[in-house]
Amino acid sequence: MPMPAEEIQGLILAAFPDAQVEITDLAGDGDHYAARVVSAAFRGLPRVRQHQAVYAALGGRMGGELHALQLTTVVPD
Amino acid sequence: MTDTQARIGDIVNSSDVVLFMKGTPLFPQCGFSSLAIAILDRVGVEYASVDVLQDAEVRNGIKQFSDWPTIPQLYVKGEFVGGSDIMKEMYEAGELDELMAEKGVAPAA
Repeated sequence: MPMPAEEIQGLILAAFPDAQVEITDLAGDGDHYAARVVSAAFRGLPRVRQHQAVYAALGGRMGGELHALQLTTVVPD
Repeated sequence: MTDTQARIGDIVNSSDVVLFMKGTPLFPQCGFSSLAIAILDRVGVEYASVDVLQDAEVRNGIKQFSDWPTIPQLYVKGEFVGGSDIMKEMYEAGELDELMAEKGVAPAA
């Protein structure tokens, strides 16, 4: 079940308005993505919590509708 | 706590390092699980693996157990560490070796 990159980006931005979000379609099939999310909201959080926050923003699609999202979270300098 | 959650708790504590994955270390069934195995082999620790494809209860229950939506999932000394992206980041930063050393995990024989 493909999911457009804009939709992923929109969901992340809705939860992290300050974020810089880069989405890469890894396989060109609309189903395997990499996302790099830079947000001050991650500051002080362990990596697991940072990723959980992004998964929460995706509202349960991760692991279901969205099979593969390679996630990198970054705290801005 | 449901029976499944209790069972997962037992599995997580059954070895120092436990990886929930799709497939087996020799035949991983998903690229992310394959990456997780490659990282654990490089780190060079003994680990137990659980093939969630063989156990639907665990496959669904583990997501609730850790509040984490995907497989693979790595546990060290009963504590959830993360999925393959986090394993990769930690490995590249040398943090995974540090974690294993800190927790006193035995190197692979």
